[in-house]
Amino acid sequence: MKPADRVQQVPPSGIRRFFELAEQRDEVISLGVGEPDFPAPWAARDAAITSLERGRTSYTANRGRLELREAIATHVEDNYDLAYDPEAEIVVTAGASEGIDLAFRALVNPGDTVAVAQPCYVSYVPGVLFAGGEVLSVPTRRRDAFKLTYDALDAAGAGEAEMLVLCYPNNPTGATMTGDELSEVAEFAREHDLTVLSDEIYAALSYEHEHTSIATLPGMRERTVVCNGFSKAYAMTGLRLGYVLAPPEIATAMNRVHQYTLLSAPTTAQEAAIEALSSCDDAVAEMRSRYDRRRKLLLSRFEEMGLDCFRATGAFYAFPECPREDAGEFAEELLDETGVAVVPGPAFGDGGEGHLRVSYATGIDDLKEALDRIEAFIS
Amino acid sequence: MRGYRAVVDWHRLDEEPVRAEIELNVTLDHETGYDDIAERLARFDPVESLHLVSGEYDFMMEVEGESMREVSTFVSDKVAPVPEITQTVTHYVMATYKEQGIEFESDHDDDRLSVSP
Repeated sequence: MKPADRVQQVPPSGIRRFFELAEQRDEVISLGVGEPDFPAPWAARDAAITSLERGRTSYTANRGRLELREAIATHVEDNYDLAYDPEAEIVVTAGASEGIDLAFRALVNPGDTVAVAQPCYVSYVPGVLFAGGEVLSVPTRRRDAFKLTYDALDAAGAGEAEMLVLCYPNNPTGATMTGDELSEVAEFAREHDLTVLSDEIYAALSYEHEHTSIATLPGMRERTVVCNGFSKAYAMTGLRLGYVLAPPEIATAMNRVHQYTLLSAPTTAQEAAIEALSSCDDAVAEMRSRYDRRRKLLLSRFEEMGLDCFRATGAFYAFPECPREDAGEFAEELLDETGVAVVPGPAFGDGGEGHLRVSYATGIDDLKEALDRIEAFIS
Repeated sequence: MRGYRAVVDWHRLDEEPVRAEIELNVTLDHETGYDDIAERLARFDPVESLHLVSGEYDFMMEVEGESMREVSTFVSDKVAPVPEITQTVTHYVMATYKEQGIEFESDHDDDRLSVSP
């Protein structure tokens, strides 16, 4: 018995090795974590507990409880001007990650090319490969503050692709894009008839301008799948709950894959999410303001210590240039000598070379201590 | 608005003051009312708060000091001798979970993976 070729062609995650190194050490201050350091808001946890007490442990509708889809529809319309029909255009998924996988499996034919803006979250490339597609890397660049541009798409030959994947606010760079900046991406997508998968899981964490979804730009709704969820904004990573927004035909196709694999997203998490949407805006705002305070601290300390970093404006990451050419080697030595973990940029694909992903989803005291140690290490 | 004060989670500091909630019973006479007694008690520096309350005792007084000895001495030397005070019951505060509407979070263990995507 041996694994299928399409699985074997995907190498293990570059983060895995680093995780193992960090696990071997005691007393690590980790700036390598891709999830909030807060627990989910109490009201959401309480709703989950109550639903368990009441014995709500059965499946829900494949697309998720209608009450939740309606709440999602209201939420995305109020916050991002996204108008989607809860009956036909929303599918509740087990985390945004499932939504991403569904989009690939529902939309990619064997041999299709999927252009992926990089550096990026680690799931896109394997997701495309598992679906039988081919990946075309579109590197974003430091000089563009890691924003995706018409030129970058053109230079990479993305016009030949069938689909484009982008994620803003971005993991791992912390870059965001304004509506104006996104409009040249939209123009490219329209010109080359690209389907767009827009991962907006960090939409609530844009610190210097309002988040714009590319799906709201002219001619984009009909060609865009939006993925979002509760993991980052509501600090509900372990509850595994996300959703996709797509035109009816595409939502139906994604739901077909979903109903035969997941059947429905976790019921307890759906109950928590309904409560999160109805009563946790203040908790989200409080977390956002704490991330923002840490972001400003991080950026100013990087500047003081001469670590070149573009102004990260979203998610909870900064992406400074590594003082040494080999980011992997640097990160290993940093961990070894100071006990501070950061993730080398190349773990996130093309364009990540020579950079480090530094997460500020860490309490401010630990963050200060880690920054002191980094400063001592590089000087 | 009579002033602002920081809400401090003293437990997080090395030098944690000792606090006690003290129940006071008093007897009144023609010359002395609750206000007179309260006025006298409120002047003492260690008294952090003082309320006239309904129920089994008359005043609820919060006292803060550097040690249990200091608080105890204050109660026995300054409070108990007040002629109208007939009884004191001192409750030392053992832990504070919430104050002035602000919850004091316990340190929750960070059980996240040390590195994740």
